[in-house]
Amino acid sequence: MPQPLASSAPVVPVVRLSQAGFAYGDNAVLRGVDLTVHRGQVVAIMGSSGSGKTTLLRLIGGQLRANAGKVEVAGQDLGGLSRAALYALRRRMGMLFQFGALFTDMSVFDNVAFPLREHTDLPAALIHDLVLMKLQAVGLRGAAGLKPGELSGGMARRVALARAVALDPLLVLYDEPFAGLDPISLGITAQLIRRLNDALGAASVMVTHDVHVSLDLVDYVYFVSGGGIVAHGTPTEIRASNDPYVHQFVHAEADGPVPFHYPAPPLASLLSLPEGDVP
Amino acid sequence: MSALAGVLRKLGARVVDSVWRLGFAVRFLFAVLRYSGQSFQRLPLTIREIYFSGVLSLLIILVSGLFIGLVLGLQGYDILQRFGSSSALGTMVALSLLRELGPVVAGLLFASRAGSAVTAEIGLMKTTEQLQAMDMMAVNPIARVIAPRFWGGVISMPLLAAMFSAMGIFGGWLIGVVVIGVDNGSFWSQMQDAVDFRYDIVNGFIKSFVFGTAVSLIAVFEGYDCQPTAEGVSRAITRTVVSSALVILALDFVLTSFMFRGL
Ligand SMILES: Nc1ncnc2c1ncn2[C@@H]1O[C@H](COP(=O)(O)OP(=O)(O)OP(=O)(O)O)[C@@H](O)[C@H]1O
Ligand SMILES: [Mg+2]
Repeated sequence: MPQPLASSAPVVPVVRLSQAGFAYGDNAVLRGVDLTVHRGQVVAIMGSSGSGKTTLLRLIGGQLRANAGKVEVAGQDLGGLSRAALYALRRRMGMLFQFGALFTDMSVFDNVAFPLREHTDLPAALIHDLVLMKLQAVGLRGAAGLKPGELSGGMARRVALARAVALDPLLVLYDEPFAGLDPISLGITAQLIRRLNDALGAASVMVTHDVHVSLDLVDYVYFVSGGGIVAHGTPTEIRASNDPYVHQFVHAEADGPVPFHYPAPPLASLLSLPEGDVP
Repeated sequence: MSALAGVLRKLGARVVDSVWRLGFAVRFLFAVLRYSGQSFQRLPLTIREIYFSGVLSLLIILVSGLFIGLVLGLQGYDILQRFGSSSALGTMVALSLLRELGPVVAGLLFASRAGSAVTAEIGLMKTTEQLQAMDMMAVNPIARVIAPRFWGGVISMPLLAAMFSAMGIFGGWLIGVVVIGVDNGSFWSQMQDAVDFRYDIVNGFIKSFVFGTAVSLIAVFEGYDCQPTAEGVSRAITRTVVSSALVILALDFVLTSFMFRGL
């Protein structure tokens, strides 16, 4: 598995969060998050639903600004960045949204061509070839002429994947790339993420629920729960871990430290029938 | 006592809320203007929106203009012939259309046909994270999506109002001259004498331009500002149509009181 390039100069990580925190109003979603991603790495972020994984990805993409701590991408602190500087950085980032977010008024082809047309002066013929190559990689070259409305959920996500990597980014953020994919496309997409990352020498951050696929695929895993990183390690370390969070996740157990319920008063206190009065 | 305080608090919150929104809308307008240069460099984007807002509204504008003209012809003849001045029919039809009905009715139709569509489109793009995706691709959605739609509306509206008035005058002529038999020569010559280019046509054009700007701003702002849910989008569309209508009628009064005082 590729490791960060060894060099005598100190390596600047592609992503570094130090003690980063974020709150939606009063709802503190993330607190004191430390996370580092180096070039060549694919890093998975796991955690139960609502634990703040998408929020974490948005902090890295600069869509949300951290209320506390620091978020750095390619050595630049996102906190003090102007819009122009942020945009300059984002040209080297790709993001796959949780629900695809394809442009519905454009064909599949135009969706993938969009970043190329916006940010490069490449001739149309070259863009045409590049787009077909990207679509070929996700297995949807034949769908180039379709509109997003004519795709299934899984196909839309693969098109979004092709669009996210159209500019050969330095950092790719994936929000649940495997949701809604059948086992075959899932395996192919997983391989694709790995191959793209290695071919581009990029860094990838991937939010996912699919423990086993990602443990085979990634270089490092972070577990998010209760607003913070509760465990992290390489897949080998994770598999061997005795940590109860990790154990519950890797073995998909309902009982454990990860709560299945969103915080709420006990159900019994909300039911109108007095206890012991059930007919 | 506490009930009264509650009512007052709610009232206060609503007022503060509205002032905030107004402030947002003004800041939004400045942002749109600031990024308009970028979108004008890519004229096809704006031309596309002129097509969607303007050309596709053409049918409803022309048909409505014709009907309004037909009615004006009937009503105008009925009133004018009591004073024995039915030959002034052309003047009456033309002036009421150019000064008032053209800009106002075309504006109302434009808001419900094109404004609502723009709000819905932008609102849905927001709901499905398309605007965010664009932003993540380092493409400013205000420059790429909002500004072209805004200018598409601003440019289309005066043209639509002019066509509305032209169609209305044709309708008035159809009823007055062809059906009722008012003298064709005096219909047109009296109209030509009475209609002043600066006073009537330019003022009418200014009105339609102001209404077009207001409706376009409301439409793009409501879409951009909506709650990203199905319910939020539907509420935004309703607000676009309702506030556009109110704003058009209120602005019409203000503009008329400055423009036409019989001096
Ligand atoms: N726009 C928002 N405004 C307010 N609160 C929000 C917003 N988005 C998310 N939250 C809250 O932040 C918390 C984390 O949300 P987030 O979307 O990051 O979860 P997630 O880990 O991505 O979940 P999932 O796996 O279901 O996608 C949730 O409790 C949610 O209620
Ligand atoms: Mg999420």
